[in-house]
Amino acid sequence: MPKKITIEPVTRIEGHGKVTIKIDDNGKVRESRLHIVEFRGFERFVQGRPYWEAPVLVQRLCGICPVSHHLAAAKALDVIVGAGTGDGLTAVGEKMRRLMHYGQFFQSHVLHFFHLSSPDFLFGIDADPAIRNVIGVIKHHKDLAVQGVMMRKYGQEIIMHTAGKKIHGTGAIPGGINKNLSIAERDLLLNGTDPLNADKMVEWSVAALEFFKVYHKSNATLVDTFAEFPSNHLSMVRKDGALDIYHGVLRAVDADGKRILNDVDYQDYDKYIEEEVRNWSYMKFPYLKHLGKEKGWYRVGPLARLNVCDFIPTPLAQKEFEEFKAYTTGKPNNMSLHYHWARLIETLHSAEAIRDLLKDSDLQNDDLVIKGEKTNKGVGVIEAPRGTLFHHYEINDNDQITLANLIVSTTNNNEPMNQAVNHTAKSFMNGQMEITEGMMNAVEVAIRAYDPCLSCATHALGQMPLEMKLVNANNEVIDSKTK
Amino acid sequence: MNNTIKFKIDGKEIITENGKTVVEAAHQNGVYIPTLCNFPGSFSKGSCRMCTIKVNNRFMTSCTTPAAPGMEVESNTPEINEFRKSIIELLFVSGNHFCPSCEKSGNCELQALAYRYQMMVPRYPYSFPLKKVDASNPKIIKDQNRCVICQRCMKTIKTEKGEHYFAYLKRGNVLEVVMDKELGKEMTDELAKLAMENCPVGSIIYKEVGFVEPIGTRKYDKQPIGSDIDV
Repeated sequence: MPKKITIEPVTRIEGHGKVTIKIDDNGKVRESRLHIVEFRGFERFVQGRPYWEAPVLVQRLCGICPVSHHLAAAKALDVIVGAGTGDGLTAVGEKMRRLMHYGQFFQSHVLHFFHLSSPDFLFGIDADPAIRNVIGVIKHHKDLAVQGVMMRKYGQEIIMHTAGKKIHGTGAIPGGINKNLSIAERDLLLNGTDPLNADKMVEWSVAALEFFKVYHKSNATLVDTFAEFPSNHLSMVRKDGALDIYHGVLRAVDADGKRILNDVDYQDYDKYIEEEVRNWSYMKFPYLKHLGKEKGWYRVGPLARLNVCDFIPTPLAQKEFEEFKAYTTGKPNNMSLHYHWARLIETLHSAEAIRDLLKDSDLQNDDLVIKGEKTNKGVGVIEAPRGTLFHHYEINDNDQITLANLIVSTTNNNEPMNQAVNHTAKSFMNGQMEITEGMMNAVEVAIRAYDPCLSCATHALGQMPLEMKLVNANNEVIDSKTK
Repeated sequence: MNNTIKFKIDGKEIITENGKTVVEAAHQNGVYIPTLCNFPGSFSKGSCRMCTIKVNNRFMTSCTTPAAPGMEVESNTPEINEFRKSIIELLFVSGNHFCPSCEKSGNCELQALAYRYQMMVPRYPYSFPLKKVDASNPKIIKDQNRCVICQRCMKTIKTEKGEHYFAYLKRGNVLEVVMDKELGKEMTDELAKLAMENCPVGSIIYKEVGFVEPIGTRKYDKQPIGSDIDV
């Protein structure tokens, strides 16, 4: 009898998602979907509020990487207050924001790798779930767990000294920032007591990358073939093609590396990107307009960024980038589990960038804000840890927001995550009428590789238990499991 | 003639001059009594009831009660503090006070009082009233979501001729403090900033400068409300 399997909610991700897998009479997977089942509506209730509230209000979408929303909104408002389109701020304004962003990039990537994903690598995808979790990591790999906790703490400290608070700060304001970095703060972050200093973070980032590479070497088949499928890749890059997570132009390549979006100004993002609504998910499906719904979807995030950029502007990460590119002979990398590899290269880049920025005396300047002629529309784009993030605001003559459109990183990855679920379901579940916990986790591993933040994507708050349902062709539940 | 008055608050001797209210005398003598609608230098009406005290077992507002010789005042007692806390909670549920995105956070007296009286969750249900934001003035925004009808703007923000920029509109539970739109057009920057400063909450906002004060340097980041008075 045909069946429908539901995994709900998906665990060890940020937010609440559900997977359904339809199986036909012969046990073949026919269709899989990742449903996002929550809705909040920030775009609506920010309307009518004064525009300068947006960076502080909209970041409440998320507690994991609120800095991304904070900065994307502030960048959009820079345009509105006439402070240029992302590169018009004073040196201290831009560099403090960059430091804040690298700090959160670092902590968010570390959180994902150590807390959410490392249990899969350390214990195996089908290991006992009682061990395969962050508590298991603490128990059996104490040194690694301590590194994860301390690295995350360091990133959070950077955020606190730039935004005012570790979570939901107020540092970025339209046209600049509200504080610089004092010498005492700089010294604390640069040369703090071991291990909380910049050199140690670089050292530990190298070690984390090494850990993954060793795992990759002994599990090459799994890592290279798990949810591997061709796709387009989109990211912001610096104008010279360097990896830049704070500002640049939009670029996309197809699965063979051909440019399909050639360094365009993101102020015109709505000329190039369209969002499709499907009736079974609250998360929209973005695609490149000129390629259409079928062929225009793309990946974002660490893998896409390394596929799109030409180089990384810090030496240690650049060396790793070269090795990463050589693995696919310079072509785009389409292997889902290589997101982890790319993410760790970016973690190293962040640590190096933090160290470089902390040595920059511009951070102690006092010209915090710059403003020019006001306009009524602004778009801010940032590379959030999970991928390209768009914020678009329009205001009226009374300074109130009249329109807000957010395309969140995880939303950009909606179709790729659905593809990854489909590929994994077919590989692990075809011909299997009994669904094991290991199979369920395999599907989650595929989703987890994208580090989705479903709370951000639907602008909703989530919980993370796991429930699985078997449903027949008539949509009747014939079995269910919860863990 | 001897102008000095002596009385007691919670057993502590208070020395003041004739003509002072209990709250003025208390603050003079290092005893904090919380206030919200009361504003130094302007006429007190006792409308918010935050400064409630007990005299001869009767509840009274200390901003309207003249200090009198020999008074025995109760102020910092569990019963009165609980009463004050309930007033704070009522103010929170009767408006739409979303501190996380309010630029007055850290400088807001209502928020600071909620911290002082350790309000966690209001005991009353939120009413989520539909309120308007008037952003039509070029210098300030009047956000009715956050207004606590304290009248401080009405009492202190005036033209040189004494004309009021702010006034009541409607009555009862839909009462609002609104700005005179015509008069408002002429408001100076100085006065607009003063209006924001005098507002105990984030109902009057000077435009386009929100969040310029970093967290950690705002008024109540440094010390809890009242600690500058408490000895």
